[in-house]
Amino acid sequence: MSYQWNWSVFLQPSASGDDTYFGWMLAGFQMTVALSLSGWLLALLLGAVVGVLRTAPHRMLAGLAGAYVELFRNVPLLVQLFGWYFILPELLPSGLGDAYKQSNPIFQQFLASVICLGLFTSARVAEQVRAGIESLPRGQRNAGLALGLTLPQTYRYVILPMAFRVVVPPLTSEFLNIFKNSAVCSTIGLLELAAQGRQLVDYTAQPYESFIAVTVAYLLLNVTVMTAMKKVETRIRVPGYFGGK
Amino acid sequence: MKNIALTASLLATLAFGAQAQESPTLKKIKDSSTITLGHRESSIPFSYYDDKQQVIGYSQELMLKVVDGVKAELKLPKLNIRLMPVTSANRITLVQNGTVDIECGSTTNNSERQRQVAFSNSIFVVGTRLLVKKTSGIQNFPDLTGKNVVTTAGTTSERLIRRMNEDKLMYMNLISAKDHGESFLTLESGRAVAFMMDDALLYGEMAKARKPDDWAVVGTSQSKEAYGCMLRKDDPGFKRVVDAALAKAMTSGEATKIYAKWFTSPIPPKGLNLNMPLSEDMKTLLKAPNDKFFD
Repeated sequence: MSYQWNWSVFLQPSASGDDTYFGWMLAGFQMTVALSLSGWLLALLLGAVVGVLRTAPHRMLAGLAGAYVELFRNVPLLVQLFGWYFILPELLPSGLGDAYKQSNPIFQQFLASVICLGLFTSARVAEQVRAGIESLPRGQRNAGLALGLTLPQTYRYVILPMAFRVVVPPLTSEFLNIFKNSAVCSTIGLLELAAQGRQLVDYTAQPYESFIAVTVAYLLLNVTVMTAMKKVETRIRVPGYFGGK
Repeated sequence: MKNIALTASLLATLAFGAQAQESPTLKKIKDSSTITLGHRESSIPFSYYDDKQQVIGYSQELMLKVVDGVKAELKLPKLNIRLMPVTSANRITLVQNGTVDIECGSTTNNSERQRQVAFSNSIFVVGTRLLVKKTSGIQNFPDLTGKNVVTTAGTTSERLIRRMNEDKLMYMNLISAKDHGESFLTLESGRAVAFMMDDALLYGEMAKARKPDDWAVVGTSQSKEAYGCMLRKDDPGFKRVVDAALAKAMTSGEATKIYAKWFTSPIPPKGLNLNMPLSEDMKTLLKAPNDKFFD
């Protein structure tokens, strides 16, 4: 195969003239980080609430939470993204929808992406949280209630402090997933890391350098996350539980 | 007598074998009796799927002429055709790594791409212009200041409009959609007021629209571009066969007929007529086929 390697391509001024191609990659990297962290925040908040609701002794609430999880877990991520980006604005009242569609496209793309990644991941977080709660011996809940705590108090002071710590390791892998899943957002034109990589290919016709750089960037990102989460795990491990000291 | 014929055919095979070996692509095609063609999915009217998911279009027909040429050159009784859809973003890589042997779609021949792939004789010459809603009041590029504008990612239009945005401080919000279909969806849904692209493709998108009469192609052409078929680099043997097949189609008048079929007659999927008469550049090209590019 005839291929001309050219690693200095990253130092060349970019086609728009205001930056180097390395600058493009950096901008993409920042976008991926901002997107994933925002999505993760949303996923943690929503996922914790929905996960707790799934274990609630209340048919309707548990049912609703279950439906939420199944909806966002079972519809492909790409379909969800197109729904948020292309379909939702069409469902708004036409004046509002048109005004929204005329707004800054990066804002629209970012918003749709954060909502999409956040909700998709929240369904998975919810399942982890539910599993965490259900992994605790039933006696803990009963003991809490027997002590005269109300059900919300039992959750707040007995169950959740344990459950949230138990689920940190599986959550780490969801956290890693959200970074990788964020690449899907390039399909609606958001210039995150994968999109910048693809753009670099279009502009410089140096696909291998660009794909390798993107791969390394994702790897770095995920190794950093893994290391940080390991620290968190060690710190919050429940003493005397699952190998904690 | 029988012996002479046998010797002759043996010699022919030997001679031909040596020649095919010069060109890795021809050798591969000969050994596998299969040629892999890269085509586009929504580059109307060059290369796209009709409503039966068959690949059709101007470039596709020319590519099939090339296949005929290759088949004749290799004297193959049967040449299998494998079709492989490509996108703006992956087409260069797929040609380079050998996934497709030739790609005829709507690929501009330019100097950056020349470093990675080779181009055949040009098959089309276009200008880059704007597709807008007739009621939008947009006549030309300066009217786009401060507006949302969409182009397809990985195209020459994308780099031209980015450059224009920087140079003339137009504060446009640029959207890069993943293919022409999505670009048009972005325009049609009101996210962008204009879609910048090669004019022929814009006419093509217009023909796909729900109400083609609502749209117009406007603006002064920002650049001239020559489309060519993409081939692997450093394979002059294959390029020679492809160029010869294209030149034959052009000078014999076949290409003019194919042009008329796709640009001045009703085309699938909606039976619309693009009404794009042969430009002067196109006439020159058809008269004297060449692989020059505009840069």
